[in-house]
Amino acid sequence: MKILIKRGRLIDPSQNLDIVGDLLIEEGRIVGWERNIEISEKVELIWAEGLWILPGLVDIHVHLRDPGEEWKEDITSGTLAALYGGVLRVACMPNTKPPNDTPEVTNYIIKKAQEKGWVKVLPIACITKNQEGKELTEFGRLKRSGAVALSDDGRWVQNSELMKRALHYAKNFDLPVISHCEDHSLTEGGQVNQGKMSAKLGLKEIPAMAEVIGVIRDLLLAKDTNYPVHLAHISSKEVLPFLRWAKEEGIPFTAETCPHYFTLTEKEVENYNTLAKVNPPLRGEEDVYAIKQALKEGIIEVISSDHAPHSELEKKVEFEWASFGMLGLQTLFPLSLNLVREEILSPLKLAEYLILNPSKILKIEPPSFKSNVLAEVILVSPYEKYILTEDLIKSKSKNTPFLNQELQGRVKKVILKDKIYDL
Amino acid sequence: MKNLLDVESLSKEEIEDLLLLAENLKEILSRPIPKVPTLRGKLIALLFYEPSTRTRFSFERAAKILSADTLTFTAKGTSIEKGESLLDTVKNLEALGTNLFVIRHPLCGVPHFLAKYINLPIINAGDGTHAHPTQALLDLMTVKEKLGTLSDLKVAIIGDIKHSRVAHSDILAFQKMGSVVYVSGPGFLLPEPKEEEYFRLKPHSFKVCYNLKTALENADIVIALRIQKERHGKALLPSFQEYHEFFGLKPQHLGWIKEGALLMHPGPINWGVELDPELEKYPFQVILDQVENGVAMRMAILLRLLSGD
Repeated sequence: MKILIKRGRLIDPSQNLDIVGDLLIEEGRIVGWERNIEISEKVELIWAEGLWILPGLVDIHVHLRDPGEEWKEDITSGTLAALYGGVLRVACMPNTKPPNDTPEVTNYIIKKAQEKGWVKVLPIACITKNQEGKELTEFGRLKRSGAVALSDDGRWVQNSELMKRALHYAKNFDLPVISHCEDHSLTEGGQVNQGKMSAKLGLKEIPAMAEVIGVIRDLLLAKDTNYPVHLAHISSKEVLPFLRWAKEEGIPFTAETCPHYFTLTEKEVENYNTLAKVNPPLRGEEDVYAIKQALKEGIIEVISSDHAPHSELEKKVEFEWASFGMLGLQTLFPLSLNLVREEILSPLKLAEYLILNPSKILKIEPPSFKSNVLAEVILVSPYEKYILTEDLIKSKSKNTPFLNQELQGRVKKVILKDKIYDL
Repeated sequence: MKNLLDVESLSKEEIEDLLLLAENLKEILSRPIPKVPTLRGKLIALLFYEPSTRTRFSFERAAKILSADTLTFTAKGTSIEKGESLLDTVKNLEALGTNLFVIRHPLCGVPHFLAKYINLPIINAGDGTHAHPTQALLDLMTVKEKLGTLSDLKVAIIGDIKHSRVAHSDILAFQKMGSVVYVSGPGFLLPEPKEEEYFRLKPHSFKVCYNLKTALENADIVIALRIQKERHGKALLPSFQEYHEFFGLKPQHLGWIKEGALLMHPGPINWGVELDPELEKYPFQVILDQVENGVAMRMAILLRLLSGD
């Protein structure tokens, strides 16, 4: 079967491509792109005027909750939400129950994703057994089972010697290491950003300093071991001078942020709104501005969703008992598109942050429009406005502060290998 | 006024209205038979998920003087031990015909949480380290009664400011009425620099002092607080003896404050820690007046929230 996409805006960061043109797909593989491809007879034609055509997005930070918390999300529902969000490769965090700290769990995730998933799943395994920060997991065996990276997710490896050992050992297997930087001694019991909101709500604070201390230590370890560390979901402006310093020093690192950190402020948690309870917490207006500037500068070069489904059982409860996290897969693209509207990023740069850079960090071939690669193509209307209703959300959980809010930018079609999905 | 959740959401006018009403109602307390039929037939549920002596008895007394019926619910001996959620408990009590909820809870924001899902008046009787609005209102009432004004006063609050819901509510309440508030105590029990701005309603009307004397000098009112050690999670202070020595209020401090300045405490008091036992004899110590005014103020609040429904 041949598919010809005509007259779309083709954006492929792997070849610095941003033109209006045509893309031809045959038997689930990219044939190539041209400014104009003649229409032959046996071809399925897709007119794409006014649409952006991109390789599938790669989300480096997703919680699929499977195994163990399938009432919140499972691999099927999570990958369906990904498909609707244009995310065709999902790197899933290991804080499942049990955590992904053994080849058995990694195998389970890969097998279930192959059988019941809608898009490709790339499991991230734990750095330490049971995320306890005490003993290293078996990096070699985990990699052989299909783990693409290592992270203890929300539990920062507190012990510096252990983290240093992890970086050295990860180098043996060429496994990327992702760090959620948080000095837990400063955030124990913390609920919201330190500042106006912690004062107003009386809640225990999560100071930006906890993130800063985590970032500095991990940068120093990356320098010492000469092995890159990927800094997950940077949220506070106080971190940024240290990232600039690290770039100047030539320290190997990459940094990521999420749409909520450049879209929302701590004001969202006013009146104890559990849907806006997330870790790291939503910060102030100055932080939102600074994160955007960091994206513009390129010291933060990845946007992930940190998709974190929780059901009403975890969210329609007392604020201090509510779980941290919000959905992200279906809002990743529309919210990131605001950066283009605000002229912070060009469309090509945005695609780099959502596709190419996460692929590089995970050391996988990025989805692209190069000839002969598997077709992973999304067609997006950057202008369409719509209300994010519960019905549109494909996750099992509906925990997002964007629920019933207007979004702009919608994934209309996905072509994944030989399948076309009209969304 | 639909609920009483915190001081922040009260206007100065609403506070003045409650003060006036409470002052009028106080007369009932001195009658030979202190009982009026105003709230006859109303059912008030008192939900106490945390230990309380004064506040619980004070609300119960206020409700009974107004002839309302009460259901008292404490965390022990009820279905929460069977795993029932707070929201379910409250919905059941609503089905039993409750007209108003009074709730004390160890978690911040629980009264606000209930207010989202329950369409009945809710009174916050203390939520975690967040707010204790009825205590702030009875403190205002006591000061107004004793000093005749609530404006242009210097209020010094000494102790565990960070974990004290009374402090948080008093800081806002006294400033709203036109006074200034100075707080002091061990540095790690004071508001963080990033939090100060929230507590300062006007320029210079709120000050965090690391030096006790700065806070106490020329104060019109001194409010001593208990160390909220049950909310610390671990031992934060090196010792209570040292606390008493450097931050406890003692007769020697009386020279720093204004003559006739009031000494207050929301209770329960740990004599020998935040207050020297000698201070019980200080003539302007009004700790039990606070308790008495608490009943009148809570009567006023119950009336305002239940009248016209």
